[in-house]
Amino acid sequence: MASDSLQFLLYAIILVALAWPLGGYMARVFQGERTLLSPVLAPVERGIYAAAGKGATQGQHWTRYALSMLVFNLAGWLLLYAILRLQHLLPWNPEGLAPMSPDLAFNTAVSFVTNTNWQAYGGETTLSYFSQMVGLTMQNFVSAATGIAVAVAVIRGFAARNAKSIGNFWVDMTRSVLYVLLPLSIVGAIVLIWQGVPQTLGAYVPATTLEGANQLIAQGPAASQIAIKQLGTNGGGFFNVNSSHPLENPTQLSNLLQLVYILLIPAAFCFLFGHMVKDRRQGVAIFAAMGILFVIGLAIIYGSELRGNMLYDALPIDQVAGNMEGKEVRFGAGLSALWAEATTAASNGSVNSMHDSYMPLSGLVLLLNMQVGEVIFGGVGAGFYGMLLFVVLTVFLAGLMVGRTPEYLGKKIEAKEVKLAVLAFLSMPIGILVFGALAAVAPSAVAAVQDPGPHGLSEILYAYSSATGNNGSAFAGFGAGAPFHTTLQGVAMMLGRYAFIVPMLAIAGTLAAKTPAPASAGTFPTHGPLFVVLLMIVVLILGGLTFFPALALGPIAEHVAMLAGQTF
Amino acid sequence: MLSQTRPAIALLAIMTVLTGVAYPLAITGIGQALFPHQANAAPITRDGVVVGSEHIGQTFTRPEYFHGRPSAVDYDAASSGGTNFAPTNRELVDAVAERARRLAAETGVERIPVNLVTSSASGLDPHISPDSAYLQIKRVAEARSVPAEELRRIVNEHIEGPLLGVFGAPAVNVLKLNLALDERAPHPETKRD
Repeated sequence: MASDSLQFLLYAIILVALAWPLGGYMARVFQGERTLLSPVLAPVERGIYAAAGKGATQGQHWTRYALSMLVFNLAGWLLLYAILRLQHLLPWNPEGLAPMSPDLAFNTAVSFVTNTNWQAYGGETTLSYFSQMVGLTMQNFVSAATGIAVAVAVIRGFAARNAKSIGNFWVDMTRSVLYVLLPLSIVGAIVLIWQGVPQTLGAYVPATTLEGANQLIAQGPAASQIAIKQLGTNGGGFFNVNSSHPLENPTQLSNLLQLVYILLIPAAFCFLFGHMVKDRRQGVAIFAAMGILFVIGLAIIYGSELRGNMLYDALPIDQVAGNMEGKEVRFGAGLSALWAEATTAASNGSVNSMHDSYMPLSGLVLLLNMQVGEVIFGGVGAGFYGMLLFVVLTVFLAGLMVGRTPEYLGKKIEAKEVKLAVLAFLSMPIGILVFGALAAVAPSAVAAVQDPGPHGLSEILYAYSSATGNNGSAFAGFGAGAPFHTTLQGVAMMLGRYAFIVPMLAIAGTLAAKTPAPASAGTFPTHGPLFVVLLMIVVLILGGLTFFPALALGPIAEHVAMLAGQTF
Repeated sequence: MLSQTRPAIALLAIMTVLTGVAYPLAITGIGQALFPHQANAAPITRDGVVVGSEHIGQTFTRPEYFHGRPSAVDYDAASSGGTNFAPTNRELVDAVAERARRLAAETGVERIPVNLVTSSASGLDPHISPDSAYLQIKRVAEARSVPAEELRRIVNEHIEGPLLGVFGAPAVNVLKLNLALDERAPHPETKRD
């Protein structure tokens, strides 16, 4: 218990110590200033823009920025779909794996292009090395870069004055990959290999166990994908069980590195924001709101996992270690709980333990983390522009309370921005509640649920929360491979991504055009504790009110039943 | 739309080559050069035969070996998986109860460590907790006709402590432990020359 608290604290210190300078570095990168890596990368960058044509560097109006983003994502989707369907004809397929079915390839391609990385398949039994590398690893980079680019553009909208342009998508995307994602991935991948993550194009390793049985050990070019899967909050594992697999996450050091990478860029965005709007306190305030919500969630998950399964209390079992079903010994309840909180708060979705076997109240927090839109740090970029949406709503509510036109960073927040913010927010309840309800009544869909009782509903709810929130983790008892779900979830993922991004870019566009007014005595300060608390309350109330009824029927009902000693 | 096509295709092609081909291949080259053992799934070889991977658990059922945790995939390392049972699933609770009662009867220990009666996340967990290993010393010592203190010493040598004394839980790698047993306390019947 004491040692777990200490490792949580050390983790937080390491994270902030790295995210703070990274935020400053990223701000310089996106403002086009010279950085440490410029001597090497600037020529590469110029070469890329030359190949991309003259439209690739000019300032873009928000509509054009959004169009570039959509066209690039569509092209990426087409390419990935083709690779998955044709993998049997492509090289680097030592296990001779067959092509993916059309509905599964649709789902997987959408999943990786939208930075969801929901996996309705098991990597080691389904995908060739070519598909893993050229198809998925590549999308791990560019889908993350898309999120970063959009967030930077939205921040520019808040920071700019009387501007038509919110930046250039191609430049932002290229810089994200070259200056941020690639260098950190290279470092991370090498450390992971040192720790025991395979990186080879060789075939699976046949072994004869000590008791004489045959064991075929899956491997492949894993480390390169795992580094970027964490850094880009993608989360799609190389192996079926993701980072609980002993070859995907073999040691404490590999686990620590991956945990830091999950939240590194999302946390850095707070500090990047402070730099770009030239008021660091604003970034720190948002970081504080995210941090406090994070700690509350972690405390609930850790507490209920450490308590263990009360249905075992009467059995001859020593539960000091907590609930160990679906957890690895080397991580225990502490590091599993920390990871579960981090991966659902950020829209990462990688797991180092099986969320489906978590205690009901833990599952409740995991669900809520995703349902509030993954704004507690959130996905790379995505979490930050998501939180800015809540900031817009918060200053709007504060404005209503005191009867003044709401302002943020000197920009008047008017009806148009609030309407756009609500429009973006609506993608979550539609994807989760409407699609989830469809899945809960369609006869073919219900067959996919493994666990009877209220937990079955939780599995459906989790699947659609994860898809719409672009998280990608699962209550894995859910049979995601059914064509009904692969298709509907593909749609949910697109909804959660693009129906959120486009209104946010529109907000950025309208704000960019405004002239900031100087702060007056009546201006509501957005860097103090009052604002932090208000922002947290708005996040919880909007999330809570929207999803509470569904949660009451799922995890809460399961918890109450468990208290009564009931099994299903 | 058309004006977007050229940069989209150009950047997609460049990024595919850069991040989908050059990056993983460069990392493969570096990994194979610097850490050839780890980069190839850390195989363990005994008498010229690959007997497993340092990181992957395997099935042990014989009394002379320490046993690992229950696995939802029977330690099939070509796939992986947990049970994904809900904590309130009757099938899970019954299975855990059955294992706990059997182990308690076998060992005479009142409370069985929870990791020994629950399935891991990966189904390939190479570890058990130290108390789960201590619990099995009596059985293994009898099967191998070696003193229990000797086994306890070997177990203690195989406890992998938390990183920097803080991160993670202490754990015993079952395969490495069993290999050490075969080396230092050979089973009378399987004694190798």
